[in-house]
Amino acid sequence: MAAVQETVDRVKAIDVSEYKYGFFSDIESDKAPKGLNEDIVRFISAKKNEPAWLTEWRLEAYRRWLTMREPNWARVDFPRVNYQDLYYYSAPKTAAGPKSLDEVDPELLKVYAKLGIPLQEQEVLAGVVNPERKIAVDAVFDSVSVVTTFKEELSKAGVIFCPISEAVHTHPELVKKYLGSVVPTTDNYYATLNSAVFSDGSFVYIPPGVHCPMELSTYFRINEQNTGQFERTLIIADKGSYVSYLEGCTAPKRDENQLHAAVVELITHDDAEIKYSTVQNWYPGDSEGKGGIYNFVTKRGDCRGANSKISWTQVETGSAITWKYPSCILRGDNSRGEFYSIAISNGRQQVDSGTKMIHLGKNTTSRVISKGISAGKSQNTYRGQISAHRKATGARNFTNCDSLLIGNACGAHTVPYIESKNPSTQFEHEATTSKISEDQLFYCMQRGLSAEEATALIVNGFVRDVLQQLPMEFAVEAQKLIAISLEGSVG
Amino acid sequence: MLEVKNLNVSIGGRKILNDFNLTVQDGEVAAIMGPNGTGKSTLSYVIAGRKDYTVESGEVFLNGVNLLELEPDVRAAKGLFLAFQYPLEIPGVATMTFLKAALNAQRKQRGEEELSTPDFMKRVKESADKLGIKSDMLKRALNVGFSGGEKKRMDILQMALLQPSFGILDETDSGLDIDALRVVADGVNSLRSEKRGFLVITHYQRLLDYIVPDTVHVMAQGQIVRTGGKELALELEKSGYREYVTEQAVA
Repeated sequence: MAAVQETVDRVKAIDVSEYKYGFFSDIESDKAPKGLNEDIVRFISAKKNEPAWLTEWRLEAYRRWLTMREPNWARVDFPRVNYQDLYYYSAPKTAAGPKSLDEVDPELLKVYAKLGIPLQEQEVLAGVVNPERKIAVDAVFDSVSVVTTFKEELSKAGVIFCPISEAVHTHPELVKKYLGSVVPTTDNYYATLNSAVFSDGSFVYIPPGVHCPMELSTYFRINEQNTGQFERTLIIADKGSYVSYLEGCTAPKRDENQLHAAVVELITHDDAEIKYSTVQNWYPGDSEGKGGIYNFVTKRGDCRGANSKISWTQVETGSAITWKYPSCILRGDNSRGEFYSIAISNGRQQVDSGTKMIHLGKNTTSRVISKGISAGKSQNTYRGQISAHRKATGARNFTNCDSLLIGNACGAHTVPYIESKNPSTQFEHEATTSKISEDQLFYCMQRGLSAEEATALIVNGFVRDVLQQLPMEFAVEAQKLIAISLEGSVG
Repeated sequence: MLEVKNLNVSIGGRKILNDFNLTVQDGEVAAIMGPNGTGKSTLSYVIAGRKDYTVESGEVFLNGVNLLELEPDVRAAKGLFLAFQYPLEIPGVATMTFLKAALNAQRKQRGEEELSTPDFMKRVKESADKLGIKSDMLKRALNVGFSGGEKKRMDILQMALLQPSFGILDETDSGLDIDALRVVADGVNSLRSEKRGFLVITHYQRLLDYIVPDTVHVMAQGQIVRTGGKELALELEKSGYREYVTEQAVA
């Protein structure tokens, strides 16, 4: 496989503990004053010209948030966040929202070029990038969406793909109907905070019977200092439709921690399918644990219709702290939820991640494949919940949870919760923990592979089942990312 | 040419190799025989660069290059190959992927061009056919679920592909039935050449019926205690190792 070779080359090409995306771009920005109060919430809402119902929705969430406490059950440890010491709104300074790429600040385009994200439609159209696999991109820079590509071509198919701040104006009925319908404003501390101050994110609607003609993707970039990023993504797949969506994330290297509290809501109606993939590479902090992103994210899908399907695939290599449980509510009869995850931690990273599969409908099925890899002095926890409601006759789940340890100073933990209120359910749970053995490494090295090449190869073998779930281009990306994030973990 | 000079090796304070000396010329097949626990496997691991051992003194040269300062992968690229007594399983990594990664890593280390995929496939197929390795086995994860015989054949396939200048076979006959033994021996014999030396480590004379050595060394208590021609192996088969063990114990 050429990709393995590329992994190997990539490893060789980089310096130890070099975070490739750690540059900061000097782009003038428009910020709200530091701190959080009702005026800031109103300020954000006003900046986006939001209708009164949405301002009220935000304020309600904010008032609720004041009464809540941060969750403390996860196996992560970090100093308390001072929520009054953050900026809740930051936008690159431009006259008005850009209508096309020509109007986008060239400095911004440079940032995305540096990140290797194709925003130039013409390049794709000219066949520079594989024209068979077009990818529409929504780019979110700090708090706002800066550009969305391929809008026209998508709209011919009836697909709506735009910043959520725009959808509020162009499709208010859809936003009003679905926003908060999967993750309510009262859900949890971070989701409630997001509801109050969310800045932007992507909105997708696939009309009945439409198979979305290309991959949709969003790239998130945190640039500004002391800025929280609170994006909100809402994807609706109407009856019999299909969409594959990918998100990628990076941030500059900074000594202080940055907060990222996103909410993603997915809704599938009868016979619809959403495939949601994430390649998360937020800055993880340095090897001593200084800096890095706090990634506190609520992602949930609602299989509302019968025979519908939601599939989460995630490759998590970044962030200082990860608190994230992409889940499925299997409401429709015969609906299916899937969760494929690779979570890698190195240095002082702390990961507490997993999924929830809530079986409500009859004959609902779910599958969970989780691969955790811990290196350095990191801690990596899988936390999963599989539950069946008393009406969920015939529900089935299969969970496989494997942990791989590299070195002697890291930890892997598995915390499964399984509950069934219906006697006909079948839940299976398999788990393994292993270590890359000295014998395996020596064997590979005797054949000519360096210690790092050998580790990358063994790890890629370990995560193969999950990599296969990713869209092809991203599988290659993910493979490279795995090698990079394990850099310096051997020897 | 492999030269081991005055090698002293210990593990956890226990002496294993005791002022060990050995020379294997280009094209020579040398066998080392001896009872369990005399340091035969340690010798092969130390030459290949496994880290668990403490090399107290001595030198190991392969074609004039001192190996002891080098990482195992660099030693491999210099032409050293070790066929393992128990080849390791690498789950999820297709055998073909592994072979290509290994070959290209060595070529790169030596500053050679990477092999193109068609050239690589051709080479693998030729060697695999000779060893009776079917193409579906090459698609499976390396050594995972392989029988003992299949694992050994896979190691010989790797040796054929990597074309080392010196091969060490560590108890290659263990766990093989007679048919598998013959296939593996044929594979090794086809790699014998004027340039390539071999060190064959074994308990039993049986393997040496198929891979006929030029020299036989008897090893006991971390040293070579006797050296002879191929007939020495037959003698050992009859009399066993007892006299060498007692000799040492008395000394």
